[in-house]
Amino acid sequence: MIDKKHIGMDLGTMTLDVERGRLRFFAKSIGQTDPVYTDLEAARAAGHPDLPVPPTFFFSLELETRDGFGYLETMGVDLRRLLHGEQRFTYHRVAHAGERLTLHTTIADITAKKGGAMELITRATRVTDENGELVAESRGLMVVRNPEVAA
Amino acid sequence: MSTSLRDVAVGTELPPLALEKISRTTLALFAGGSGDHNPIHIDIDNARSAGYDDVFAQGMLSMAYLGRLLTDWVPQERIREYGVRFTAITPLYGEPTCTGTVVSLDTVDGEQRATVELVVTLADGTVTLRGDAVVALD
Repeated sequence: MIDKKHIGMDLGTMTLDVERGRLRFFAKSIGQTDPVYTDLEAARAAGHPDLPVPPTFFFSLELETRDGFGYLETMGVDLRRLLHGEQRFTYHRVAHAGERLTLHTTIADITAKKGGAMELITRATRVTDENGELVAESRGLMVVRNPEVAA
Repeated sequence: MSTSLRDVAVGTELPPLALEKISRTTLALFAGGSGDHNPIHIDIDNARSAGYDDVFAQGMLSMAYLGRLLTDWVPQERIREYGVRFTAITPLYGEPTCTGTVVSLDTVDGEQRATVELVVTLADGTVTLRGDAVVALD
């Protein structure tokens, strides 16, 4: 069982530069065909100052901030037992390439279901810009399967 | 492409987005593109050691596909909220189709907003993702 002392664990604050090349690679990897996400001219024609950060890319930024899945190892979670259960984003504005964003992530909750056969870890991240204004919030639920625990 | 309030009603369906079959290349590219390097999605040895027959798709890949459905429908700056529940694993060679339906229209903070119910379904009918998004109209 994951120790509940990890509830509230601060996964740290990290400041990252959003890079155009990285956004283009992400766009390619999801088969994006809308040029707004890869072509600077198209982005500008659509009213963006630079390539927009697509809706789910904040999760990728989160991965950069915390040594990949390092925090799960700290909790003693075997990555092979992990499934992503839920993910939610709240948007305050669109972010763009060239921006410096700060992400602060905490473990919001840890609960067990089915007598411990499933453990649920809730992670919460706030994304702010250089002025300290909130850009987006992200909330993810990770599910750890413990098949050896009889339900 | 711009979707305005007068075009949207409860029951309005978003133009569906059908994806190509998910290959090992798709998974490798998304591992790099997304920064999710969990080997269970790209290394069959790792997947087998966890009891799976083969690698399977990253959940966030399907969430990104659904994000494309949304931004194909409205400019991204209109998306206020977007969330999903991953309901089934997407196996290798799965063919996801993203669909969305407007389920309610509301005024929040003086803004007209639509709530869209989102689903990703594989060719065999398996629902892999259910979600919702709130978008501003006009």
